[in-house]
Amino acid sequence: MNETSKKTIIDVKGLNAFYGDRQILSDISLEIIENEIMVIMGHSGSGKSTLLRHVLGLNRPVSGSIKILDQEITTLDHYALYELRKKIGVAFQNGAMFSSMNLLENVELPLHEHTRLDKNTIRIMARLKLELMDLGDNESLMPSELSGGMLKRAGLARAVVMDPNILFFDEPSAGLDPVTSAELDDLILQLRDAMNMTIVVVTHELESAFKIADRITVIDKGKQIMTGNKEEIKDSDDPRIINMLQRRAANETINADDYLNKLTRN
Amino acid sequence: MDTAKTLFLSTIDYQIKRLGLSGIFLYRTFYQIFTPPYLLEPLLKQLAFIGARSLLVIVVAGLFVGMVIALQFYDTLVRFGSVSLLGSAVGLSLIRELGPVLTALMIIGRAGSAMCAEIGIMRVDNQIDALECMAIDPYRYLFSPRILAGVISVPLLTAIFIVVGIFGGYFVGVILFGVSPGSYFQNMSDTVLNRDIIMGFSKSLVFGLLIVWIACDKGFNMHLDRRGIYGSEGVSRITTEAVVLSSIAILFSDYLLSALIL
Amino acid sequence: MDNKQHTELLVGLFMLTGIIAITFLALRMGDIGLFDNDHYIIKAKFTSASGLKQGAYVEMAGVPVGKVKDIIFDPEDFLAVVDISVPTNITIPDDSIASIRTAGIIGDKFIKISPGGSDQYVEPGNEIIETEPSVNLEELISKYIFESGD
Repeated sequence: MNETSKKTIIDVKGLNAFYGDRQILSDISLEIIENEIMVIMGHSGSGKSTLLRHVLGLNRPVSGSIKILDQEITTLDHYALYELRKKIGVAFQNGAMFSSMNLLENVELPLHEHTRLDKNTIRIMARLKLELMDLGDNESLMPSELSGGMLKRAGLARAVVMDPNILFFDEPSAGLDPVTSAELDDLILQLRDAMNMTIVVVTHELESAFKIADRITVIDKGKQIMTGNKEEIKDSDDPRIINMLQRRAANETINADDYLNKLTRN
Repeated sequence: MDTAKTLFLSTIDYQIKRLGLSGIFLYRTFYQIFTPPYLLEPLLKQLAFIGARSLLVIVVAGLFVGMVIALQFYDTLVRFGSVSLLGSAVGLSLIRELGPVLTALMIIGRAGSAMCAEIGIMRVDNQIDALECMAIDPYRYLFSPRILAGVISVPLLTAIFIVVGIFGGYFVGVILFGVSPGSYFQNMSDTVLNRDIIMGFSKSLVFGLLIVWIACDKGFNMHLDRRGIYGSEGVSRITTEAVVLSSIAILFSDYLLSALIL
Repeated sequence: MDNKQHTELLVGLFMLTGIIAITFLALRMGDIGLFDNDHYIIKAKFTSASGLKQGAYVEMAGVPVGKVKDIIFDPEDFLAVVDISVPTNITIPDDSIASIRTAGIIGDKFIKISPGGSDQYVEPGNEIIETEPSVNLEELISKYIFESGD
């Protein structure tokens, strides 16, 4: 892939984030270019979901800059932010479907809110996306009647119903069996190729990450360890990445006294 | 001593900021209420939820409240030989105090708590984040129909409560105790002034706003609570708090409004 | 019937009931009914309107015929001016006497109009000339003692 000719879609520079006094992210810098699939990896608690929330403008960072489509979202007022978000689709971990509406109504909602299409066109467009996610027969079910995998796919259908330029997907394979998770990975690849999207996936699953990613960013304890394509990650000699690839717990050298103090503290 | 002082100051600081957050919540909701286009379907849904589905409860409660105050007033008035005042006593107490306050308390229990839990669960389940990410303003989509429905429904329910209560009182006073029917109604309409009706009506308007405001604000801002509450336990806690807070807010504002209008 | 129509029906019924209830309260209890235009206002000046309230009733021959609409103080001759609202089908002779009375000993004050014999009637907006002020309890008791000693 000739990366120089592609333009940068998301540009994060020197991002620092806190929850209260606890620093969650320190000095994250990330460039995501057009039409690539960027996977953000890290085990749970590494701060990858926090990174996603900041990039989406749901949380405001303490310092640093986040540019999406050349707009600095940390300083945008909420009207401009909403305008920008119309070009962004987000699929949440658990689907985040509205429980008071059935599947079709959920998927139709963004179209009802943002377009002036008539009801039948909206219905057709929503059904098209549901078919794509293999949910065509379940359109009248309520979210409470769906399985985890179906909810994720429904969330994905709703996220892409406006044909966004950028798609964010939080933990596509968490809590799914390997087959369903592989199906979702295929769907993500299809979406990128068919709809020409730039896709950011947050996950802790190695297998799916290496299957779909063009480039991978590894985050550990709020620090960015490295960003690179699959080969660069595999060839990395950073012990934390080697541990992660070999699915081994990190062996940090432990000071005996500190450890004892930690166990006996009040 | 010093730590107690800092704790006290930080609590004050936090509570003032929390109040500011609620103020911003109300401002942004009202801004959306007065900005077209209007969302009719969610409004209808909320009117059904707060208003129509509370109808039966309000009718039953109004009936019994009317009956019991007629019973109590009859027993008191009969000692002074002024049973003819029964209509005025029942009418005035229902219109000015019991109608608005009891209706509001019933609606807190029936709709306010459910609304707070619903919004809280939407927050926990990322549904509110999903709305934001779909560029749908939650103030417009979730809260303006709810506030509007509260402000429309509660006065209507209060009026229904009062009228049913008056007839409940009529049943006890006139049919059971034999007060003359003409004097019951004549007396009532002679003593009840426009001011009393306006007082009851403006109270119920304020109560409707308060109930929905507190319920939605508590649920919507639960993730900003400094105790860091979240999850299902957080929702249950926030719902309890919303019920307690809105009940107190109603009794407090009831006094203020009575003092203001009297 | 689908779900949406069901909601509409429910809300419609609810709104209708509520509006009926409000209308009932406003027309039945309020000072200003739909039929307010069939009343006219006459005035009466009293040296004391102590205890008389807005909305108090006005009786003729023991039957309520109207209401006290407004009570204001006239700063020129230091009198209380009371506006009385009377239905148009009732006419009051211009030599009638308006007096403020108490229902029972501790009851509300009301205005009693004792009709005179004149064939001229009080025109809307005009006043009843002859009035008796509020009687306070002490006067009432002394009067009672005086009369019983007679």
